[in-house]
Amino acid sequence: MVGASLAGLSAARSLRKQGYDGRLVVIGDELHRPYDRPPLSKEFLAGTVDEAELALEVDGEDLQAEWLLGVRATGLDRTDRAVRLADGREVRVDGLVIATGAAARTLPGSEGLSGVHVVRTLDDARALRAELAQGGRLVVIGGGFIGAEVASTARVLGLDVAVVEAARTPLAGPLGESMGAMVSALHADHGVRLLCGVGVKGLSGERRVDAVLLEDGRGIPADIVVVGVGARPCVEWLAGSGVELDNGVKCGADGRTGLAGVVAVGDCANWYDPRAGAHRRVEHWTGARERPDAAVATLLAGGATEPGVPRPPYFWSDQYGVKIQFAGHAAGADSVAVEEGSPDDRNVLAVYRRAGQPVAVLGMNQPRLFTRWRKELGRTTS
Amino acid sequence: MIPACPLADLPRGEAFRLEIDPPVSVFHTEDGELFAIDDTCTHQDASLADGWVEGCWVECPLHASKFNLKTGAVDAPPAKRPVRTHEVLVEDGMIYVRLSAATPNLPPCVATKLAGVLA
Repeated sequence: MVGASLAGLSAARSLRKQGYDGRLVVIGDELHRPYDRPPLSKEFLAGTVDEAELALEVDGEDLQAEWLLGVRATGLDRTDRAVRLADGREVRVDGLVIATGAAARTLPGSEGLSGVHVVRTLDDARALRAELAQGGRLVVIGGGFIGAEVASTARVLGLDVAVVEAARTPLAGPLGESMGAMVSALHADHGVRLLCGVGVKGLSGERRVDAVLLEDGRGIPADIVVVGVGARPCVEWLAGSGVELDNGVKCGADGRTGLAGVVAVGDCANWYDPRAGAHRRVEHWTGARERPDAAVATLLAGGATEPGVPRPPYFWSDQYGVKIQFAGHAAGADSVAVEEGSPDDRNVLAVYRRAGQPVAVLGMNQPRLFTRWRKELGRTTS
Repeated sequence: MIPACPLADLPRGEAFRLEIDPPVSVFHTEDGELFAIDDTCTHQDASLADGWVEGCWVECPLHASKFNLKTGAVDAPPAKRPVRTHEVLVEDGMIYVRLSAATPNLPPCVATKLAGVLA
């Protein structure tokens, strides 16, 4: 198992549950035992959830695994069937689960400046939390989910917050234009400035950042900057290994790669989606949690399994006290209709359709109806 | 024993939430069985009555931990602690719940709120 976060842990659990009783080695580049990342931009950042509560392992849980933590995998040797580690060690493997996740994209040229953050790891969140506690002006670069959640948390903590988004409408990719606009209207509701359709030219400051410079010439004063411009799959270590790389590890509908005995799961895995007839790399928590079961079944069966159709991808976000939930794919929709609630109240159940068939559903503070539609979606699109 | 609702008003696949403190929900499974468990997910403040019932498991509507309706056990994180189970009886077409005497495993945010009320 290379990767010791949710996808790696879920795969380890699936292996044991499915009867594998051999040696199990889990390699992780962070020093921490597996922890839950969604609270890092929300409750953990706000200080309402502590580090102990982030643990993904249950008290007393023992997967009989050897944990090699704080060491990065640097290569895969297909002839020796060995994973090379940064400290020079090699781990020989009969089967390999690739779960190396994704890393936050950074802003070129921001490396030397203090006060500039990304939010991906526990260490990232610790550092940002300490700075947010000092107060001041926060500028968030990127109006996606991570950026919006950090803005929301910082606002609750009393900071002055602005969000800069290069696209005309934030969240238009995952939610479509109209719903993206509706969800990102939450920023203005709560006194957060949202600047759209303008790129970032760079950051200014000597040792510490003091402003975000926009392409239209404006500068926004900043004491703290959070860069939330997406993530890239951590697969460089697989270059030349024979594992096909294309927007992450290119996989079949059950996580299998072109190499026998090698599967990939989680954020780094670009799974074939039989519904879409295309490969899709899904960076959702639920995918990292659910898909390893199928990948491990394939691994243990030596590839002799029929991949099932996975449930429609699902994610959630909490912003300004509003529970946002989304399932399916908005990209294929030709219409979106509010079925319940009202956009003005930020309380909405919206269904995306393609040729009359539901393909995605969005909920804002509508968990009950959302679950029903999500279930319906699983039926109609499978 | 606490009266919940008439059995006829709870179709299979549906749940009824008893608005007591902490709330308890009665589930009528597709197989026709009745179960009662604490309604609040042990991870965060979410109503399991809003969740996805499959077999004798209910999936939390927010973060996908599943709770066994028979035993209260949780399958996987983010929730780590089980919910309490309660006894269900049907008499003259009415569903009743006999509450467990065990201490509920409420999520930290809800537990704090309750403690605040009690203090």
